[in-house]
Amino acid sequence: MRKTNDLGLNKSFKFKNYLNYTVILAVLAVLMILQFTGAAGTDFNYKIMPIVIPIGVYVILALSLNMVVGFLGELSLGHAGFMCIGAFVGGKIASLLDTGDNANISVMLIALILGGLCAALFGFIVGLPALRLRGDYLAIVTLAFNMIITDVIKEIPFFAKGSNLPTPSLKDEYNYIIIFAIILITLAVIQNFARSKHGRAIMSIRDNEIAARTMGINIVKYKLTVFTISAFFAGIAGVLWSYYQPGINYEMFKYNVSIEILVMVVLGGMGSVNGSILAAALITFINNYGKFSEESFAPYRTVLYALILIIVVIYRNAPGLKGFREKYNMKDLFAKIFKKKTSQEKLEDIADKETKKSEKSDKKEQKLSNKVSKKAAKSAKNAKKEDR
Amino acid sequence: MDFLETLLNGLSLGGTYAIIALGYTMVYGIAKMLNFAHGDIIMVGSYIIWFTFLRLDCHPSISIALAIICCVILGIVIERLAYRPLRGAPSLAVLITAIGVSSLLQGLPAILDTISKSSNNSALKEKLSGILNPLPIQDMVHTNKLVLFGVEFPISISALVTILITVATMIALTVFIKKSKTGKAMVAVSENRDAALLMGIHINKIIVVTFAIGSALAGVAATLMLTKGTPASPSFGALPGIVAFSAAVIGGIGSIPGAALGGFLIGILETFCNANSALSPYRNAIVFSVLIIILLFKPSGILGNPRREKV
Amino acid sequence: MAETLLEVNNLAVSYGVIRALKGISFHVDKGEIVSLIGANGAGKTTTLQTITGLLRPVSGNVIFKGNDLTHVPAHKIVSMGLGHVPEGRKIFQGLSVYDNLLLGAYTRKSKAEIEENMELVFRLFPRLLERKKQLAGTLSGGEQQMLAIGRALLSNPEMIVLDEPSMGLSPLLVTEVFEIIKTLQNEGKTVLLVEQNAKKAMSIADRVYVLETGMITMEGPASELINNENIKKAYLGE
Repeated sequence: MRKTNDLGLNKSFKFKNYLNYTVILAVLAVLMILQFTGAAGTDFNYKIMPIVIPIGVYVILALSLNMVVGFLGELSLGHAGFMCIGAFVGGKIASLLDTGDNANISVMLIALILGGLCAALFGFIVGLPALRLRGDYLAIVTLAFNMIITDVIKEIPFFAKGSNLPTPSLKDEYNYIIIFAIILITLAVIQNFARSKHGRAIMSIRDNEIAARTMGINIVKYKLTVFTISAFFAGIAGVLWSYYQPGINYEMFKYNVSIEILVMVVLGGMGSVNGSILAAALITFINNYGKFSEESFAPYRTVLYALILIIVVIYRNAPGLKGFREKYNMKDLFAKIFKKKTSQEKLEDIADKETKKSEKSDKKEQKLSNKVSKKAAKSAKNAKKEDR
Repeated sequence: MDFLETLLNGLSLGGTYAIIALGYTMVYGIAKMLNFAHGDIIMVGSYIIWFTFLRLDCHPSISIALAIICCVILGIVIERLAYRPLRGAPSLAVLITAIGVSSLLQGLPAILDTISKSSNNSALKEKLSGILNPLPIQDMVHTNKLVLFGVEFPISISALVTILITVATMIALTVFIKKSKTGKAMVAVSENRDAALLMGIHINKIIVVTFAIGSALAGVAATLMLTKGTPASPSFGALPGIVAFSAAVIGGIGSIPGAALGGFLIGILETFCNANSALSPYRNAIVFSVLIIILLFKPSGILGNPRREKV
Repeated sequence: MAETLLEVNNLAVSYGVIRALKGISFHVDKGEIVSLIGANGAGKTTTLQTITGLLRPVSGNVIFKGNDLTHVPAHKIVSMGLGHVPEGRKIFQGLSVYDNLLLGAYTRKSKAEIEENMELVFRLFPRLLERKKQLAGTLSGGEQQMLAIGRALLSNPEMIVLDEPSMGLSPLLVTEVFEIIKTLQNEGKTVLLVEQNAKKAMSIADRVYVLETGMITMEGPASELINNENIKKAYLGE
């Protein structure tokens, strides 16, 4: 085996880093086999397959929102606004270009790119206030943006005044393959971005903006980049949504949808790419599958997700639960099962090393200097003895 | 429409926003958090007024008092269960929790609604649909124009009352904060929690009082909004809540006169947009654009103190 | 032997995995000025914050007038007779000088007694009387320090703990602040003083503890330690 540089600067191929792509491809393969062979019965084709597209759309939305919330550490409550722009622009372009040939992939590609770019432009514009505002203020601005977008769209005749703009659809049975392809692209872009030097720069802005600035990190560039990329993929998700729906309506993109996406990101664990994917897939599945997807269950779902959100956030952040969290957490549970070191022990190791290091350097300093402090320590001991 | 009449109507709408904004600004200034659920506390208050007034035939003053009491209890319960455990946690976590509380509250009437629709128990069904299908309250509203000494003024009695209540509330709050011991303790907590603790101030108690005052204002706001003719609904408080928070931010969050000023400004702006048929569909867009512009050029708001973030 | 007012036993405090205090013990007798000196990061402020309840110890305890303070909530400690002048003064900038002082008396009920203390503070700090109505944020650094001390005095404490009262003040003002601390002792207050300015601290203290990286390395009467060669070299710069 090739020896790797343990500083981690040399990028070597690690299967662990590509696990999520593999899992997604495996899911795709399983779906294709099940559909092709009909092994899961006709129910499968009618009940499961239609959910695949919304799941894909929400996975992309959650992945892209996670960039802003998880990596940049800012709360965006306007993600559905970007999706709205993508959906209306892409949907309209697709319906203009569409020649009745339903499976026209090239039209879809143009719609995806233009929809995404339009959303990205607005992402850039929303990113501008983010340069001056943080936290609660920025959250309100993004929320306001979402409301402005839906309010304006519903007044534009070009977009059928935001109500039931007819959009083309890919009626092909295998259209979900496109969704999977886009998920993989999104994942590749976002994951590589996060793991790059730029990703670390962004997370340093999240943790301490002023410190990041003093390190020479270009805050303006990074904040705008994050908002723009995030909005681009939300726009793409919007175009996919417009293909999924027979017609689109401005009410599909109100701010409660932004909050739904936020719930997915938070439940998945802010900053965790795989968590966002899993939470988005799970919640969208629940929302669309079987009895629980019925309209009469919608309020129960809202209340349930809200409760879970509150409990999860309190559990993860409450200062009073710190001891509890350290005692019982998933990672340590796994660690115990596999007899690895728990995170607490790891931290203790680090602390021990640090103290040893500092003791060492202290000793060096003492030797180098005129041994004043050594004497001081001795006399202190003597003084203590005398006291006793 | 007559300019003066529009202005007065704007002041009246602004008064309602100002009352809501005062609730936001109190909590934001002292507990240092955006209580996203404030609008939904108003919603609960509106259901209570509606139900006690129209279904139980309570005297308006009793149903208003009941609503205020319920709002206060709700506010205190929310603070205790959802926000207090997060004291000292990152503000992002607190804000997300507040958003969760907001959608939780909005989901509750919707759940009652589904129960009433799917229930087989006809008595329960009737009772629930009685609560859940509110009508606008006309009896409580005096839409008549104010007449004094035989002269008709271009303002309805309810609009005038709204403005008076707002101004009175603002003055009362200012006096309370400036003069009372608890009010000064609130300022101390807002400025520096550790130093306030060293004075022997019980931080949690002060924050509970803050939430109680904020929620009582939500009850008042529910009353004022109902008198404008909007029926109660699960999303009753959501949009006005966000608009009023914007008003509080525009005026300078944490500042009591700022909240009132922001409220009146937004109210007047919205009413004038409404009066113009070309602008009226864009009124929310205009209001929020003003918010964004003001935030960009003066993030601390019109009357707020610019405060630099500490390293 | 003098009555022990404050007793700190084996106090250990951690910030996460960093151990700020590694089990320190000391005591303050009634009527004394005791000074805790040490370099930056030695754990001086941590000690004071743990005594007045802002931080909780991992182990050990704090006994004040025979009561264990370890589990008493911070806001109740001040009414037991322990006043704290925090590091960096932390006065309420948006309130008037008078309101700041009144907040110092927040836990007290008797108006007459508060009035009495107010007079004492104005006698000690005549400049605060001149600026009674002014916003505290507009005071100069020295005046703010006096306000912070005055505010703590209004809780009528038996013992007062001061955290770096000389920080950021001009040499002239530093001398003035230390004179005031000496006056506090004459007024019958017990004082626990945390200082980086070891020379000044030792000049007024009765006894001194030296804190180094979370441990007490030396202790003794100020008059003895001030002549100790090592102390001279390490802290007095002679």
